[in-house]
Amino acid sequence: MSGKTLLAALRHFAVIAILWPLATGAALAAEPIRLGAFLAVTGKAAFLGGPEKNTIELYVAKINEAGGIDGRPIALTVYDTGGQAKEALTYVKRLIEQDKVDVIIGGTSTGETMAVIKTVEEAGVPFVSLAGGQEIVEPVKRWVFKTPHTDRLAVDKIFYDMKARGLTRVGLLSGSGGFDKSCRDNVLALAPERGMVIVADETHGAGDTDVTAQLTKIRSAPGVQAFLYCGFGAPTSIVAKNFRQLGLTLPHYQTHGSASKTFIDGAEGAAEGVRLPAAALLVVDQLPPSHPQKQVASAYRDAYEARFKEPISTFGGHAYDALFIVVEAIKRAGRTDKETVRAEIERTTGFIGADGIFTMTPTDHLGLDPESFIMVEVKDGNWKMLQ
Amino acid sequence: MVDHRRKGTRGLVLLALIIVALPAVIPNAYIYDVVILIGINAIVCIGLNLLIGYAGQISLGHAGFFGLGAYASPLLSDRLDWPPALALLAAAMAVGLLSFAVAKPILKLRGHYLAMATLGLGIIISIVLNQEGQLTGGPDGMPVPPFSLLGQRAEGEATWYWIVGALLLATVWLTLNLVDSPVGRALRALHGSEVAAAVTGIDVLRYKIMVFVLSAVLASVAGSVYAHYAGFITPSEATFFRSIEFVTMVVLGGMASTFGALIGAALLTALPQVLTPLQDYQMLTFGAVLVGTMVFMPKGLVPSLAERLARHRR
Repeated sequence: MSGKTLLAALRHFAVIAILWPLATGAALAAEPIRLGAFLAVTGKAAFLGGPEKNTIELYVAKINEAGGIDGRPIALTVYDTGGQAKEALTYVKRLIEQDKVDVIIGGTSTGETMAVIKTVEEAGVPFVSLAGGQEIVEPVKRWVFKTPHTDRLAVDKIFYDMKARGLTRVGLLSGSGGFDKSCRDNVLALAPERGMVIVADETHGAGDTDVTAQLTKIRSAPGVQAFLYCGFGAPTSIVAKNFRQLGLTLPHYQTHGSASKTFIDGAEGAAEGVRLPAAALLVVDQLPPSHPQKQVASAYRDAYEARFKEPISTFGGHAYDALFIVVEAIKRAGRTDKETVRAEIERTTGFIGADGIFTMTPTDHLGLDPESFIMVEVKDGNWKMLQ
Repeated sequence: MVDHRRKGTRGLVLLALIIVALPAVIPNAYIYDVVILIGINAIVCIGLNLLIGYAGQISLGHAGFFGLGAYASPLLSDRLDWPPALALLAAAMAVGLLSFAVAKPILKLRGHYLAMATLGLGIIISIVLNQEGQLTGGPDGMPVPPFSLLGQRAEGEATWYWIVGALLLATVWLTLNLVDSPVGRALRALHGSEVAAAVTGIDVLRYKIMVFVLSAVLASVAGSVYAHYAGFITPSEATFFRSIEFVTMVVLGGMASTFGALIGAALLTALPQVLTPLQDYQMLTFGAVLVGTMVFMPKGLVPSLAERLARHRR
């Protein structure tokens, strides 16, 4: 009995020993460009990390098939953090110390990203984050960049749209997640600057399945003209449903946190008329041919959907932009010396990506403006581009 | 008993030798990082093992204490400008008091009810850390200032290796002594049968409270050390899953074995790192290893292997 177990254990380790070199990739002829990624492929943020990993792997394979960058192939290492900051930190140390990567992409969530910034800065490795929080690039950190829009850009875009319709008194509802809180903070901070008044500021708990109490309060707030929900995931549909059940007629706004088909489907018709800012990727077919992002966005959509047989999400778009900002920077640099690549990323100008058109500067390591968002409205169960 | 004690001392010396010798073969900061995390997890698990393995009580909320230590220490040192060492001690004392306050009602419960109560406590702590955004930074976490003592800053993996190594050694020494004292025997007696232990004159509740508080304080200290080491802390350190992870480490390594808890922590921390080349099959393999170990070695690694070794010798 014990002999058998021992044998089984030995066999197990033999399998690992054989797979190890295969998985890490055989040595390549030309000195490869080492790209490291740490993403939340499993865990709560898997719906973000999954498309990000797919996108990076898809395009690294394409680049390598086409002969790499200046004849150098990209050697990609991806680690799964499970969405945990602790794991992220360990994997980043691994990427830097063990895998000796030239560039790091990743950090699906803001927590994962913030946890590794100190290490990345000390080691001096160019790092492009895929997380939303604006504290990642504000204040600017020398080696840290990011591609997703910040919540402030979204809030700003929403306020523009409200003002254009003559709405200035807003009833706000937000959830308790990290995204929700950051969004709420930005709403409260930006409102005075933009001449908006927040007449109600309600919150709901994580996992709440009914928000009619909060909505009722917002309805009775003095002079309320519009409703804004800061939230993410399943609650977005619940809010839309409750809103409809109460028969509210206020203009209804949500954020890019609701920009997925599951929001419309989950609301079962109640999402009709909801407005939100979204990346061009979401309405790629409605973009006019003259739109600068049309070509990039539709090419990405077609390639992704052909390969993975699943609809694209805007999250994969963040990874697409991060990868190509890095690739372009390395091409311009002509080498992978870390400081040169960092400086070239910082010099990214007019890069047309899935999230918008990026122009980075030493004081702006994101490089997007509110124009990179497109206002959309739900119509007949689908997204309808406004403007 | 004497033999038992000699074995413990031998183990302690061996551990000290390993800790001293290890840096010679550690090639880079990444491996240091994994070893440091093993040490921090081991401190929590050794404390938890006192509760689970020796006293026979279960806690599904220890990540909560870890999280309290991890947050309290930086909050006190950053916001109130306390010296980090003082903040660490204050955090440990506060967690000690909290665990003492909740221990009495909680530890009157048994079995599932005790598990439920500790689970609830852990989840409450987790919710507070997530919700009190202005204090804790909410779900996105908060930065932690570096640790310093007498003007010396603890920075870099190599420095932290010695700090964690020394703490681990102290924890093991403390535990081995405790287990071999009348307290340890009383704990084992109440593990066997609370009624029988009470009949022989053991104050069952007092001992349970004592060991619960001790394990909570160890978790808090480990949490503070982790926070200062990592330099950033998120509420994911205090989740229910982290609690489960700690319990799994103890059970995998072998209950009622201090070195078992240490080995369990080492294995569960290092295994995911070893399995990364399997990519998509990483979690699957990880699960298979856990299930396999529990099927073939239900008592946990260390006790099962020791038993087998003893049988071979005979």
